[in-house]
Amino acid sequence: MFDINVNLILGQMVLGMVNGVFYAILSLGVAIIFGLLGVINFAHGVFFMLGAFVAYGLLQFFGLGYWPALILVPMIVGALGIVLEVLLIRHLYRLEHLYGLLLTLGMALAIEGFVRIVFGPQGLPYSMPDNLRGAVNLGFMFLPYYRAWVVVAGVILCFATWYVIEQTPLGAKLRAATDNPKLVQAFGINVPVMLTLTYGAGVALAGFAGVMAAPILSVDPSMGTNIVIIAFAVVVIGGMGSILGAILTGFGLGILEGFTKAIYSEASSTVIFVVMVIVLVTRPRGLFGKVG
Amino acid sequence: MLEIRSLNAWYGESHVLHDLDMDVPEGKVVSLLGRNGAGKTTTMRTLMGLMDRTTGRINYGGSDLLKLRPDRIARKGLALCPEDRGIFPSLTVTENLFLPPVIAEGGMPIEHIYELFPNIKERGSSRGTDLSGGEQQMLAIARILRTGARFLLLDEPTEGLAPVIVQQISRTLAEIKERGYTVLLVEQKAHFVDGIADVHYLIENGSIVDRLESAEFHANIDRVDKLLGV
Repeated sequence: MFDINVNLILGQMVLGMVNGVFYAILSLGVAIIFGLLGVINFAHGVFFMLGAFVAYGLLQFFGLGYWPALILVPMIVGALGIVLEVLLIRHLYRLEHLYGLLLTLGMALAIEGFVRIVFGPQGLPYSMPDNLRGAVNLGFMFLPYYRAWVVVAGVILCFATWYVIEQTPLGAKLRAATDNPKLVQAFGINVPVMLTLTYGAGVALAGFAGVMAAPILSVDPSMGTNIVIIAFAVVVIGGMGSILGAILTGFGLGILEGFTKAIYSEASSTVIFVVMVIVLVTRPRGLFGKVG
Repeated sequence: MLEIRSLNAWYGESHVLHDLDMDVPEGKVVSLLGRNGAGKTTTMRTLMGLMDRTTGRINYGGSDLLKLRPDRIARKGLALCPEDRGIFPSLTVTENLFLPPVIAEGGMPIEHIYELFPNIKERGSSRGTDLSGGEQQMLAIARILRTGARFLLLDEPTEGLAPVIVQQISRTLAEIKERGYTVLLVEQKAHFVDGIADVHYLIENGSIVDRLESAEFHANIDRVDKLLGV
């Protein structure tokens, strides 16, 4: 049943970090949107998928490759998020969380269905940038440069986002609006605009992750469906609303998933949810969640 | 001058303010005295645009405040120090202090704020809610003094505080008055506002029941105490 091979385990754990990057970036966006807007954004996986498809479209129709896409796609996906927030999501802020979940689930299914109609259900190829082809020998494995880039870029993005939220005046406004949005607005801060921009920034993160995932995963309409479930598990395990919890748990669970893949691959897709159940039972506020 | 005319406000189906009329002249300290549940905090919330259902008019600076969003009202120079102090638990003391944006020139310089409230500087990196009740009240007042707002709404700033802290707040209010701020001061303690406020309004069941100039307030303080249930 168990096949212990140290090189294999280390290799899978490193590759697990790549998945961890996507889990961390997506759960970061979910945590920000839930923390500030109180919306359980089930459409987050769809914005990840759209990120990959917009990158694919920019390449096919405009000849714009990976690097321009990495900048343009988050702006395009973020802008779409802003439009959806203004048209749909903002009407639910005063209602229970369940309504937001149902709306965003409906949005996700509708957008995914639309993409399936336009591009078909099959996966589409997206080639990695030429300057990131090849691999580096780590001794225990050959790590493709592209995956190494994904890990480095993901870590920088996550901690830059954490820094903005936890250490800057803008972040202080966001955190304050999470605690008491009405009072923050009474101080002269335009909270509705801040909420809209936060939703846009949250889904832009998902779009960014989608571009980074495009050369690794096949670009297909259902690519966001599974990962959003994992992103929610990460947020629950890390602690609802905890930014650092979402980041560290995302990376940690990616590595755990890789480790499990090496020693008992059948359980690799299940282990995250086993951890979620254990955390919910023993520490319902999550590993990094605050009391109350 | 801020003029409140025929102001009504509701929480859901509950009618809380009934045709309330009040004037707050520029540069004056006006107290609003009443028991718990009389409508004092609701009046403050209505002035800041925080009530969902209202009728009437609040004229200030050429606008009807009832038609403005809370952030627009704040940008017109009104600043609220809420009853629960409104200190944000996820922010440090310094972050709480610098949270409200500067809306006009002429706010109290930060050095002077630190002189007035030295504890705020010393405990700048602590969580806002780790401060004592008195320190939190100081922070809540200091926070609005640096914004340049000239119309301060102070909702029971002495509630639940030790006498020595109340004295410090009283001194701070005296300085605020000397600097020409307009203040609407909600209180339940007639003796605290005696000598500070220029005009006193008494509120009961969501309506103004009396208005006293400061000169006549002291002579009527027993009647006021009776109304306040003291």
